[in-house]
Amino acid sequence: MKVLVPIKRVIDYNVKVRVKADNTNVDLANVKMAINPFCEIAVEEAVRLKEAGTATEVIAVSIGDKACQEQLRTALALGADRAIQIETDQNLDSLNVAKLLQKVVEEEQPQLVILGKQSIDSDNNQTGQMLAALTGLAQGTFASEVKVDGDKVNVTREVDGGLQTVALNLPAIVTTDLRLNEPRYASLPNIMKAKRKPLDVKAAADFGIDLSPRSTLLKVTPPSERQAGIVVETVDELVEKLKNEAKVIS
Amino acid sequence: MSILVFAEHDNNELKADTLKTVAAAQAIGGDIHLLVAGANCASVAEQAAKVNGVSKVLVADNAAYEHQLAENISLLVTELAADYEHIIATALTTGKNFMPRVAALLDVAQISDIIGVESADTFVRPIYAGNAIATVQSLDSKKVITVRSTGFDAVATDGNAEVVNIDKATDAGTSSHVSDELTVSERPDLGAASVVISGGRGMQNGDNFKLLEGIADKLGAAIGASRAAVDAGFVANDMQVGQTGKIVAPDLYIAVGISGAIQHLAGMKDSKVIVAINKDAEAPIFQVADYGIVGDLFDVLPELEAKL
Ligand SMILES: Cc1cc2nc3c(=O)[nH]c(=O)nc-3n(C[C@H](O)[C@H](O)[C@H](O)COP(=O)(O)OP(=O)(O)OC[C@H]3O[C@@H](n4cnc5c(N)ncnc54)[C@H](O)[C@@H]3O)c2cc1C
Repeated sequence: MKVLVPIKRVIDYNVKVRVKADNTNVDLANVKMAINPFCEIAVEEAVRLKEAGTATEVIAVSIGDKACQEQLRTALALGADRAIQIETDQNLDSLNVAKLLQKVVEEEQPQLVILGKQSIDSDNNQTGQMLAALTGLAQGTFASEVKVDGDKVNVTREVDGGLQTVALNLPAIVTTDLRLNEPRYASLPNIMKAKRKPLDVKAAADFGIDLSPRSTLLKVTPPSERQAGIVVETVDELVEKLKNEAKVIS
Repeated sequence: MSILVFAEHDNNELKADTLKTVAAAQAIGGDIHLLVAGANCASVAEQAAKVNGVSKVLVADNAAYEHQLAENISLLVTELAADYEHIIATALTTGKNFMPRVAALLDVAQISDIIGVESADTFVRPIYAGNAIATVQSLDSKKVITVRSTGFDAVATDGNAEVVNIDKATDAGTSSHVSDELTVSERPDLGAASVVISGGRGMQNGDNFKLLEGIADKLGAAIGASRAAVDAGFVANDMQVGQTGKIVAPDLYIAVGISGAIQHLAGMKDSKVIVAINKDAEAPIFQVADYGIVGDLFDVLPELEAKL
């Protein structure tokens, strides 16, 4: 079976983003970028399915400008077989991303699509669920375990109360949570090999979808900063402050 | 204008977060209806009828909704959405799971995790792990929204709404529930507790979380954890506080053996008072803490428990 893995280029998770002085957006100039950590977990899961003999082909797809080819090469170095870039300069919202992915699903007919549960830039947590709705497929979101079993897949999900396991008819959509796996590091020979793997580029405009934005970003501001407090020397002093100054315990 | 709010519950109890989500609906303004979708959930409907500001409670009591499978719930909500301009759910795992499906089926965007309402079409939400706050205006005719409960104060529960049973059974037939492995705890919910004490990698193992339990018992606190503590298997996943875990804003948050990575801060930096216990004076957690103790947690915790 084919596995499709949509991935996103985002700010590196170690970087604390700054808001532009004119409050129009965050400042991404010269900031280190990387594959979204949840997408990396998705690639890893797909590659493991291939290594286990369950998957036959792993296809990575990313929507964005030319720069996202870097992240597609990362996915290829981690073990994806081929890549597709859907080129656009627009910063698309999740619904439009899901509509483009729907077209890719129609063309490639994967049995499983594995996505990250959220991207660490917009923090939306939407694309996988939207793709599932548009394709009419079942979804296993926030997955910490994925087990393919004949024409079904069992997905264990991280939910507020603990864990929930659901059985989904294949084809299905899975979104990853942190505990699904620990992604490998790409080896140097695999990074070299990735350079020769196929990477198709298609223009988003050629998909015949109305990609006009559904919302306007009016402004972006920094959060209210907390003032650093004081260091207390003893536990007695801490208890005294919490009782009498902060009044949060009695 | 009418607003449909999805009630969070476990077929027995209405989650307190719903009271905050209704507050967000009130900030938008309009006639507010609360949807209780579940199985054998009559007691939830009773509690829902008492939520202030709600004029009508719609009850969809059917086996298809017992486990709130996204495939089935999204069909129900999409069908009901015809009568509403705003469809709102709490940004907890159930709402996060099915709401984007509703949005896609309605062909509208979703505005996730709002912490503020500027007007009926303009909302405030954190992005980049809360390091930036975006104000977004929706251009869609219907607004599909999830609400971060820490952004709103709960409404009261002395209302008396009309309860209407709706006879629906939208079963997509593509998924089924297999099993749950839920954490059983006598402690308050992380999201509802007024005091939270969290342990990180510095706790060294799951057994040492007992050091937090004694203090939690005395303070009526919930116990949380950093991702590192969950990944290492010290505690269950549902205890993770942070950007990609639970968002909390208690009166008092005590971070023990937690360094203060941006992803962790994203989940707790709106707490009223923050206490950090860490042996590394340079740990970033001290930059957001109101009170810090630089010291070994294995000395500090027993003493703190004794002195509370
Ligand atoms: C995509 C993504 C999502 C993430 N989401 C989250 C999230 O939701 N929540 C989250 O928490 N993290 C999240 N993280 C992880 C985050 O980046 C950090 O790795 C994590 O928060 C670190 O946990 P920690 O502070 O317990 O561990 P560490 O950073 O290792 O810190 C341990 C601390 O304990 C202190 N310590 C050790 N021993 C003692 C002692 N005896 N006494 C006192 N202090 C001691 C040390 O000084 C240190 O400061 C995410 C990361 C990524 C990439």
